[in-house]
Amino acid sequence: MSIEHRDDTGARFGMWLFLYTEVILFSGLFLLYAMALAKFPNDFSNASHRLNIYFGTVNTLVLLTSSLSIAMAVTALQRGRTKLTLILCGTTVFLGIVFLINKYFEWSAEIGHGIYPGSHHLAEQAPGVAAFFNLYFFTLGLHGLHVVIGGTLITVVAIMTAKGKVTSERYTLLENTALYWHLVDLIWIFLFPLYYLIL
Amino acid sequence: MSEQKHEPVPFRTFIQVWICLLILTVTTVIVSRIHLGPWNIWAALGIASLKSSLVIFFFMHLRHEMRLFKIGLLVLLVIVAIFIGVTFFDVLYR
Amino acid sequence: MSETNSSYSGFWQQGQRRGILGWLLSTDHKRIGIMYLCCVTTMFIVGACLGLALRLELIAPGPTVMSAQTYNATFTVHGVIMIFLFIIPSIPASFGNLLMPIMIGARDVSFPKVNLISWYCYIIGAVLAILSIFTGTGAPDTGWTFYVPFSTQTTTNIDLAVMAAFMLGFSSILTGLNFLTTIHRLRAKGMTWGRLPLFVWTLYATAWVQVLATPMIGITLLLIVFERVFGAGLFDAARGGDPILYQHMFWIYSHPAVYIMILPGMGVISEVIPVFARKPLFGYWAMALSSLAIAFAGSLVWGHHMFASGMSDMAILIFSFLTFIVAIPSAIKVFNWVSTLYKGSIQLAPPMLYALSFIFLFSIGGLGGLVLGAAASDIHLTDTMFVVGHFHYVMFGGTGFAFFAALHYWLPKFFGRMYNHKRAVIAWALMFVGFNFTYMPMQVLGVMGMPRRYYDYLPQFTTLNQVSTVGSWVMALGLLVMFVNLWKGIRSGTPVGPNPWGGATLEWQIPSPPPIENFGEEDPVVTHGPYDFKGVVADEY
Repeated sequence: MSIEHRDDTGARFGMWLFLYTEVILFSGLFLLYAMALAKFPNDFSNASHRLNIYFGTVNTLVLLTSSLSIAMAVTALQRGRTKLTLILCGTTVFLGIVFLINKYFEWSAEIGHGIYPGSHHLAEQAPGVAAFFNLYFFTLGLHGLHVVIGGTLITVVAIMTAKGKVTSERYTLLENTALYWHLVDLIWIFLFPLYYLIL
Repeated sequence: MSEQKHEPVPFRTFIQVWICLLILTVTTVIVSRIHLGPWNIWAALGIASLKSSLVIFFFMHLRHEMRLFKIGLLVLLVIVAIFIGVTFFDVLYR
Repeated sequence: MSETNSSYSGFWQQGQRRGILGWLLSTDHKRIGIMYLCCVTTMFIVGACLGLALRLELIAPGPTVMSAQTYNATFTVHGVIMIFLFIIPSIPASFGNLLMPIMIGARDVSFPKVNLISWYCYIIGAVLAILSIFTGTGAPDTGWTFYVPFSTQTTTNIDLAVMAAFMLGFSSILTGLNFLTTIHRLRAKGMTWGRLPLFVWTLYATAWVQVLATPMIGITLLLIVFERVFGAGLFDAARGGDPILYQHMFWIYSHPAVYIMILPGMGVISEVIPVFARKPLFGYWAMALSSLAIAFAGSLVWGHHMFASGMSDMAILIFSFLTFIVAIPSAIKVFNWVSTLYKGSIQLAPPMLYALSFIFLFSIGGLGGLVLGAAASDIHLTDTMFVVGHFHYVMFGGTGFAFFAALHYWLPKFFGRMYNHKRAVIAWALMFVGFNFTYMPMQVLGVMGMPRRYYDYLPQFTTLNQVSTVGSWVMALGLLVMFVNLWKGIRSGTPVGPNPWGGATLEWQIPSPPPIENFGEEDPVVTHGPYDFKGVVADEY
């Protein structure tokens, strides 16, 4: 009675398709960004200077490292080293939290300066500056949401690994979660230069 | 149905890729401090594309996947390029 | 099969759970398909009633049955329900779920649980859409396109309606990725790409569009909510935004979406016509690849909705040119259907009547599309009743009639009973006549200059509007006869065997209704193409 045909490649393909949809989701924001940049190159440069490049760079390094640890977690599980897998998943989630804490301090500083969507301060700026910060908050907010979702997924899969539901024989769930986390990293790889490094 | 399982990728490969990624990150920050005019944005995007290919091919194991996955990625990139590229026909000529 | 008919009822009786939970928690693709079918049909009836109310309001100039604000809300809700809750999920989610796994020789889709989740997303979307009408500060009144700046400023209940559309988009994405994985991974032995029924090919092309275009509407709708909550001015020209970019993003999804709507309908027609012409489909590969070509070309042409929006002339030129490219694969399909009919042994059963009228109505709508795709004539016709007429010819005359053809063709399969043919023909005739009387006057009115979405009109438009309204009543009568006939048929019609029409695709080789895992112990092995009718005989009933 059970419809039990395992198809790991199929499951991964489904996950990749889902990642495509995520890329298109963000590509809408890249589209808005590209059009606004073409229209207000100088305003964008000015606005970009007001972001703190150190926060951006540190967060990039943090996310790249977390990508490394989750990729290693998959290998560890494939080799049957459950304990190492759990440690690496924990590292990833920890780095994700570090990323969010960084983001919190960065945003608090900006909001403290009166820069947030719909603020009076922004309304008085040049139109390009307002466009930059509106997009900045929306895009990075959406990305932050993905970090939260990814971290939650990794936590759930780590618990399932500890309980023996995800094993060196059936590791597709961890693999797919890792794919999701890599996507979060991928999007950041583009967001970082576009928002922090435009001069 | 033939099951395709990945051979575990050795830790060493991942760490090498990670080091490349760190180097590229530092590079992109340094390049952005040099004034190149409009080339700054292309340099930044170029390095970002390089970094993302490293992530996609190594961390995400695309290297070992069937051709279907690679064709899918190509389709995705073409579609994104169309969405953003064709919109420029409006914005640039307005 | 007659010996098993009295007690046998296939997937309707089998399953792990009994009663209502056996449906709500079922991951069987057929049960999910039936649940979708019930929902989309209900939504169609609700949307049709709103449409009738709109036509009634326009029976005479000036206010007749509703206020102007109610009229705005009615056409918005009519659009939202018909587009997001009926047409987009109609054929792919209901008949796609019911048939695609059987047609490729699989026991279920690749991700049965995701399939169920997608149905729940649909239900959440439907509930939110209905709540948006009755709660808050009044039903949305922006039209189904939610254009800025009105949608970011109006006080009506846009947020809920937008979130409803977002959930429905999510449901559509999940269905799409499920179908893609299934078609790639779960085809039976011998089911090569060259032996896929064309309905599956069109679902495949549709699924790519669903996966690659739908997220764009997701982000656009989220931006509307962001805009309404924070008032950031992303689309406000005074604050660095660009209202035309909203239209770009909206149509980047919504134009490909019309191919999500029509392609599966074309697939249905490609199944019905060979069976009732008793001839293999003409030009199999041209038909299969033209589906992909439509899906691809369809994602290049969104700007033809925006010729009058203030877009650059360069963009108008390019989009107008690209629009004509879509006509090529669409015409390939029409020519191949007609060539299939040529010298066929045509049998005018009810599904065939709907399929033939599909070709007729879709061609009229398609030709109107060329008129609108040419920038020069579009400047005059945009936002007139011509657009309304054109849109209903392709969407209702196209997808709607394909949906009815699918109902008449496949319901006997899934319910194991046949409806009354004579009444089906009467219903078809009423609908076909009523349809043309409803929408042809709209096209003429548009050319005469009557704008769309207007509550009132000049006295010289009265006669044609009255013809259109009376036509809508004839069509409604036809719909009523059709639904009653189908309902009676599935309740108490004559029992049918596995293959009442003499089809050659896999679903006709298993009992009606199909058993829970579609095929018995053995997985099917496919040895011939989908339209190879040699030795296939229709069952008597």
